[in-house]
Amino acid sequence: MHEPVLLSILLHLDTATIFGKELHTSHIFYTWIGMAVLFILALIVRKRLSMVPGQLQNFWESMIQPLEDFAVENLGNNFGRKFFPLLGVLFIYILTLNLMGLLPLFDAPTANLNTNVGMALLVFFFYHAVGFRYHGIAYLKHFCGPVKVLAPFMFPIEIINHCARPLSLTLRLFGNIKGEELVLLVVMMLAPIFGTLPLMFLFFFVKILQAFVFFLLSMIYIQGSLEEAH
Amino acid sequence: MRKIVISALAILTVLVIGTTAMAQTADAGATSTIMDIGLICAGVAIGMGAACGGCGVGMGAAVAGTCVATARNPELGGRLFVLLLLGLALIESLAIYTLVINLILLYANPLAG
Repeated sequence: MHEPVLLSILLHLDTATIFGKELHTSHIFYTWIGMAVLFILALIVRKRLSMVPGQLQNFWESMIQPLEDFAVENLGNNFGRKFFPLLGVLFIYILTLNLMGLLPLFDAPTANLNTNVGMALLVFFFYHAVGFRYHGIAYLKHFCGPVKVLAPFMFPIEIINHCARPLSLTLRLFGNIKGEELVLLVVMMLAPIFGTLPLMFLFFFVKILQAFVFFLLSMIYIQGSLEEAH
Repeated sequence: MRKIVISALAILTVLVIGTTAMAQTADAGATSTIMDIGLICAGVAIGMGAACGGCGVGMGAAVAGTCVATARNPELGGRLFVLLLLGLALIESLAIYTLVINLILLYANPLAG
């Protein structure tokens, strides 16, 4: 199997030795590149913000406006606008990192488990914090089920249910992106150009879909912690 | 009757293959032979195929239901599409779990040295 030509290998930033241990740092390298691209684009737009949008501002607005409408539709006007910054950033950030996997010389950082664990744990702690912030200690009623008598049985089940959420968020994104990468590598061995190009079109849509699914699930978890306990 | 015979045969096959694999790893020590690698690959391929089959049935039912509902009430299309995406993502994650386990078996198997 041919080794893919990657920027991180060319620049010798693939591994780092910290306290005598060799660590793989390529996904951090690509994450920083993605963050730099997003920051630069956003700062350019912020400088030239105007009522009559230019090209770049149009691009951002056309991406953010439907997402914000969607969040407002699901979370309500007050909470939707309040939590949209986190949700929108999750979508745009994951989308950028996912699409880096399709560019030559680049690799998708989301194909590494550690990137996804970070984001999933952020969502996990965030929606519990939101729950405790808006319900106080009564948020624990969410874990107790509908009937008081069954509460001791429901509590462990709900705990497992909530712990499975970051796990599934992580593994869904990781499995999709890593699986696509491996399929592309295998097809690259069989039929280099004619095999991979149609697959790349398919994977382009799957990557957008996965970013949207992460956004959607985070929103639904926040929605679940906001609603009143039964 | 036929079902019982088939399941008994299946269990027997698994037992026989399992014991031979165990015996071989015991003989060969820490290094895995080509037979072990072949068994791992076969298990991975069969497992992934079964997961994809079940997942396909589930996703097919979801898509069919959404199509019927949208045909009956096209105004609900947008809302149903979101529900469909959510459901597909949750169904798909089952196959993704299998994929992750398969990747672990292939690239980071704790048992094969």
